[in-house]
Amino acid sequence: MKRKTLFTIDTIYRQPLAVEGLYFSEGPDAAPAVAVVGALRGDEVQQMYICSLLVGTLARLEQEGRLAPGRKILVVPCLNTFSMNIGERFWAVDNTDVNRMFPGYDKGETTQRIAAALFAHLRGFEYGVHLTSFYQRGNFIPHVRLWETGYEQAQLADGFGLPYVVHSTPAPIDTTTLGYNLQVFGTQAFSLYSRNTSSVHEKSAHRALRAILAFLAERGVLLPGSADIPEAPPDPAYPDSAAPVHLHEDALVTVLSERGGLYFPAREPGDRVNTGDELAVIRDPFTGEEKERVHAPASGHIFFAHEGNLIAGHDVCFRMIPDAATDPSLR
Amino acid sequence: MIETVFSVELAVGETLLLQKNRISGGSASRRVCVVTGTHGDELEGQYVAYRLAAELRARPELLDGIVDIYPAINPLGINSIHRSSPLSDLDMNRLFPGNRDGNTTEAFIDAVVRDIAGADVCIDIHASNIFLTELPQVRINENAAAELVPRARRLNMPIIWVHSNATVLESTLAYSLNALSTPTLVVEMGVGMRVTPAFGEHLVLGILHLMDHMGMWGEKIHITPATVVGQDRRVAFLNAESSGIFIAETRVGQDVKAGDRIGYIADPVRGELIETVAAPVDGLLFTIREYPVVYEGSLMARILESRG
Ligand SMILES: [Zn+2]
Repeated sequence: MKRKTLFTIDTIYRQPLAVEGLYFSEGPDAAPAVAVVGALRGDEVQQMYICSLLVGTLARLEQEGRLAPGRKILVVPCLNTFSMNIGERFWAVDNTDVNRMFPGYDKGETTQRIAAALFAHLRGFEYGVHLTSFYQRGNFIPHVRLWETGYEQAQLADGFGLPYVVHSTPAPIDTTTLGYNLQVFGTQAFSLYSRNTSSVHEKSAHRALRAILAFLAERGVLLPGSADIPEAPPDPAYPDSAAPVHLHEDALVTVLSERGGLYFPAREPGDRVNTGDELAVIRDPFTGEEKERVHAPASGHIFFAHEGNLIAGHDVCFRMIPDAATDPSLR
Repeated sequence: MIETVFSVELAVGETLLLQKNRISGGSASRRVCVVTGTHGDELEGQYVAYRLAAELRARPELLDGIVDIYPAINPLGINSIHRSSPLSDLDMNRLFPGNRDGNTTEAFIDAVVRDIAGADVCIDIHASNIFLTELPQVRINENAAAELVPRARRLNMPIIWVHSNATVLESTLAYSLNALSTPTLVVEMGVGMRVTPAFGEHLVLGILHLMDHMGMWGEKIHITPATVVGQDRRVAFLNAESSGIFIAETRVGQDVKAGDRIGYIADPVRGELIETVAAPVDGLLFTIREYPVVYEGSLMARILESRG
């Protein structure tokens, strides 16, 4: 393992922002195989934690000679230490999102320069894995996402062994994300969503580690038999999937609240529900009176669940994978 | 008349409202929409909303048509000094055209678009951000330049900046409305968290002047002509190469010569001047940094190059 400072940004009154990368299987003849990027945002603690688990595991596998020679791996656990240290999600000065700045611009604003500097280190890797979080606060079934750019090889996503692969058509705003730009610049990029974001969830973190190791093994970056390790044991709560379900984001069913109030969800990500099942209750915040019962509009699985004890009207309580969503043609 | 365009219950004892002030006169059905407050830290448009409504109310006999004023697209942000929507921490001007089936913020934005769509012209007023002061200007996507520049010329703004299309800007209010054939002009002026009445008065006159040309306002108004920035290359950007405290020595609206000092970056810890900021070209300084803390890359000034 080689720990390197990829680049720094100077500031007044704080130490320079120093972005670190951890390299494995490095050498003069090593080809850039897989880059794994963790927290681009200051609240992505779970994503950074997953990277730290991966770094520890890869360091041990490297010592044991179980990494494929000549297949370089780069892990960047945290780009945004500046925001993380002060509890901000976005860039601490101007609240811009580095994950809306790619491929970056080295003569532009600070976050454009940060994006450009990171991107320069990631370009040329064959595969990219971005541990990321969603723009709505909430919890997910661990899954893989990929942008439909015309360059994506969707079947490669099966290598993670996670139950769902979600395909998304990029909206204009998405064309500035890391995953989209890696894809466009020739890297097969995948976004990996863990259960949650701002706090560590051990089980899903280890599930994500298991998924990344499976992918590395599948792509020949680990030597055969190296992926099944004690740090990432099989977990009955998040079983391995040999044939993940591919679906398009548009096939997800959104379950909205009508009223605002105290929010009491009855279901969690991964739960199986049937049409008409009660999913949540919204109560008057002062009297406790029931204002609304939220029901499942379809049969399927809970994919995403609103996080928090309060909810506004017309907000997303859940997103569901209806049974009809599977699309084998996407693979 | 104050109308509620959209409302939704917040979690605890409050309803979020999208309000507009509809002022109408005469018999014409032509409609002008004036929109502001999408970014909660930009307040220059508050002055324009107030002054325009006051002008229209004071002389109703001159009005022939409908003026809809939306003073606060991000009411929660304006009330709490949040640029983004506090409900989502996302820039609302990157969420257009919204989504009726999306979350609270997306549904709110969908309601904004539906209510404005079909107007004869829409003016979307912004106030830069808290970092930069801007000379009043109209910003136009090159894709819509042919249709919008003639209207922008009537707005009494000294600069019209026709910029190249960036995919990400397709999620703005202006792009979404233009795509729905509702001509929409973006005004940027002043600085965040402040009101500059002189800039606001310019724009109020400009809006009335535009309305006169549309046959909606019965008064002749004289305006100052605008310079049209044809392409991005005619604007020089000055970004900081060091981090420190930027001290501006020029103001927007000043003509500068290549080599003129615009300001400098100081290091207060060591008591040193670490970077002198000079104009790279002759031209009109139309953007200057207001917020002194700079990082590598922070924009300090923009100069509209003189015709060479
Ligand atoms: Zn704005």
